[in-house]
Amino acid sequence: MNARLNPWLLSAPALVVYATFLVVPLFLVFLISFFNFEFYGGIEQAFSLANYRDIVTDSYYYEVYARTFGVAAAVTVVSLLLGTAEAYVLSRMSNRWKGIFLMVVLGPLLISVVVRTLGWALLFGSTGLISQGLMALGLASAPVNLMYSNTGVIIALTHVLVPFMVISVWASLQRINPSTEAAALSLGASQFTVLRRVIVPQIMPGILSGSIMVFAMAASAFATPAIIGGRRLKNVATAAYDEFLNTLNWPLGAALAMLLLLATVLVLVSANRMIERRYGAIFNQGQR
Amino acid sequence: MAYLALKGLTKRYGDLVAVEGLDLAVERGEFISLLGPSGCGKTTTLHMIAGFVEPTSGSIELDGQALDKVPANKRGLGIVFQNYALFPHMTAAENVAFGLEMQKMPRRERDTRVHEALQLVGLAHLADRHPARMSGGQQQRVALARALVIRPSVLLLDEPLSNLDAKLREEMQLELRSIQRTVGTTTILVTHDQSEALALSDRIVVMNQGRVEQVADPFSAYEGPASGFVGGFLGKANVFTPQAESGEAAGRARIGEASIPMDGLPVPRGTVIVRPEKILFSEPAACALPGRMKARVFQGNHWLCQVETSVGEVLVIRQNDGVPVPDEGQPVHLRWRARDMCPVDSGTRP
Amino acid sequence: MNFRNGPLALLFHVLFIGFILAPIVMVCAVAFTSEGFISLPANGLSLRWFKAILDNPRFIDAFWFSLGLGALSATIAVSLAVPGALALARSRFRGREALLAFFMSPLMIPHVVLGLAFLKFFTSAGLVGTYFGLVMAHIIIVMPYALRLVLASATGLDPALERAAQSLGATGWTTFRRIVLPLILPGVISGWVIAFITSFDELTMSIFIASPSTTTLPVRIFLQIEDTIDPLVTAVSAALIYATVLVIFVLDRAVGLEKLFVGKGR
Repeated sequence: MNARLNPWLLSAPALVVYATFLVVPLFLVFLISFFNFEFYGGIEQAFSLANYRDIVTDSYYYEVYARTFGVAAAVTVVSLLLGTAEAYVLSRMSNRWKGIFLMVVLGPLLISVVVRTLGWALLFGSTGLISQGLMALGLASAPVNLMYSNTGVIIALTHVLVPFMVISVWASLQRINPSTEAAALSLGASQFTVLRRVIVPQIMPGILSGSIMVFAMAASAFATPAIIGGRRLKNVATAAYDEFLNTLNWPLGAALAMLLLLATVLVLVSANRMIERRYGAIFNQGQR
Repeated sequence: MAYLALKGLTKRYGDLVAVEGLDLAVERGEFISLLGPSGCGKTTTLHMIAGFVEPTSGSIELDGQALDKVPANKRGLGIVFQNYALFPHMTAAENVAFGLEMQKMPRRERDTRVHEALQLVGLAHLADRHPARMSGGQQQRVALARALVIRPSVLLLDEPLSNLDAKLREEMQLELRSIQRTVGTTTILVTHDQSEALALSDRIVVMNQGRVEQVADPFSAYEGPASGFVGGFLGKANVFTPQAESGEAAGRARIGEASIPMDGLPVPRGTVIVRPEKILFSEPAACALPGRMKARVFQGNHWLCQVETSVGEVLVIRQNDGVPVPDEGQPVHLRWRARDMCPVDSGTRP
Repeated sequence: MNFRNGPLALLFHVLFIGFILAPIVMVCAVAFTSEGFISLPANGLSLRWFKAILDNPRFIDAFWFSLGLGALSATIAVSLAVPGALALARSRFRGREALLAFFMSPLMIPHVVLGLAFLKFFTSAGLVGTYFGLVMAHIIIVMPYALRLVLASATGLDPALERAAQSLGATGWTTFRRIVLPLILPGVISGWVIAFITSFDELTMSIFIASPSTTTLPVRIFLQIEDTIDPLVTAVSAALIYATVLVIFVLDRAVGLEKLFVGKGR
């Protein structure tokens, strides 16, 4: 009984846009993933799990998925180590440096991923800087070409995604009561022990949720694997692109996309729930 | 006829009863306090008068007109919120002017009225300052000016002084009263502070668990509480259950070892309340209650004494007037006049 | 805490920062080459490739296109986000959590999937290659960012302020215009900026639904890279970096990047 509008009324415009331009398109993709594709006849509206079966049984797709999740896992591990360490180091800087370096680490997120990946493309390659550098250091006897290699993709993806890790761990670090560190020191713990027994357990939620985010984004990445990985090393995203835009086998592309969506959402939702459950009570993370 | 009439005002949230059957008639120009502990329904009542909460049943009438269907922004009431709710992006003057803008008052007249209002609360020199750069007391005064400048029919105050420190609160209480007397606006104050209610009001409405326990002027409410709850809430109270003496001692009341002559007054039935300041230390006597001084606390202009007796702990307050007060551990005797025993219902339902 | 970092930690930090900056610096360096092929500017810095951008309308057109698209998407997204945020911030109504999760859902959906979905939907709806379709797709993608930031502002709003305005005679619209909007403006502005940047930078989804007449700058750069990596596209990318660095500085000054990305609670 006040002049405020019903919340559903206020949300209505946004809801309409979402319903039309999010729910419907996704539903359509879901639908056509069950259709059949005739090479010369276009899309036939039969209803079957043929596409899914193809994906699951074809060794080509097995390789694609293995590569996708393998790369994602590697990226996650490296980002975890690098991102957590950097976040911790940043948190112990004086305010002036903290501000500057946070800007340096987070700023690249505002630069388009194409541009960042182009930089790695320039660095890789047999005439690239990295190759020359490694040869100069004597670590390589022949030109090292990281382009079109899994390693190259991993490095470039890590570069793109590690800022998210830093953000997540940083947020966790901010929530730590600094006195706990001081208390541990006063009780005789070494710096390393403080890290291991006091800091890391408290930033676990940040580490875990950051890892999940990085994994999900790495598994669904497109631009970086496309540029660095090239035509040979396909991952799920680039394979789906192929089917849709090159082969025009929309049902198959749709099936690939659906599986990717399912995997991503499953990972994100279930892992977040697990984190909430395990750490939510301890840290009283009441979110509005 | 009452200026503001609340009849049978009730508010229920499912099974929870916030306010039950509240009747109140407020005269024009009166200063009324709604007093009670948290959860007693006083704020809900205020919000119903203001129009932010719709009553489950009952009616609200202002100057004969029903207020029930009038939306909150057309009731013409002035409200001072507990945390002042000043618009942070506006200066003091702009805050005060807001209500007049809503009334579409022309700029010149508006500026005059704003200046008047700020002068009334003594803050004309802070007209261009933003709330963030004001102290709590100053913000409170701006909030008051903002509510008064629209010449409201009723001024509603929702625990406006609770965020101030004790000394400031006392100052503001006096100022509030003086401003209200100057302007003459009918005022309803919501508070949990009994001394504030006693100091400011023409009448107090004591509420408990959604119901009205007593409506009376401060002195009457204090001296003659209608129930045990009121007695205990307004100031300190000692509760006794006197037994009527019979036979030879008929016409006296027995409390513990004391046999108190009633001086013609009827022996009270049920429980009574005796205010600590009405109890004297005396020589041993038949009408005096013996006890032992358990603890005494010096408070400057008075002593607060806890006396252990056969009927429980008795609180005594003695003025620091030079008459010596017994030490801790000493045996004492307590006596009071018959008419200082105020009967209250043993339950809290009127 | 003011515990200093040891030398080992600082070494790691320097290497990490080097890692972060390497590709960006590389792009900027190569853009200054005087040669006709990808190389470092060993023979001195040259602006020839930056000048060459001006002779290449494709990139310039794509730039303006992205700018306009970003501005439009951000504006519409924020306009939808404000009432939504107010609805979510004000009260705990039934279904609130679900509504919030629904509005945030695009964050969880890989852009590849969205690209596919939009392509299919637009084809069926006859919107393929249209500006309208592209705008709507971008709005969906940037909404969560806009909403998150506007919501942060809206939840900080004291509900008593609206009641105070009401008691002084303000209508719902006036209360919104004079009290609510000015106070949530920081969230609205930062929401707009992040939405704009997200739209401008977006690549993966846009690739699916772009057409020759609706090509964004990232898509144009990507298509060029797929073809050959030449100094021209490197110069374009370098120019983009400079523009973004400027924005980074301004944003950090105005709002603080930490607050933007990390936020103070949700």
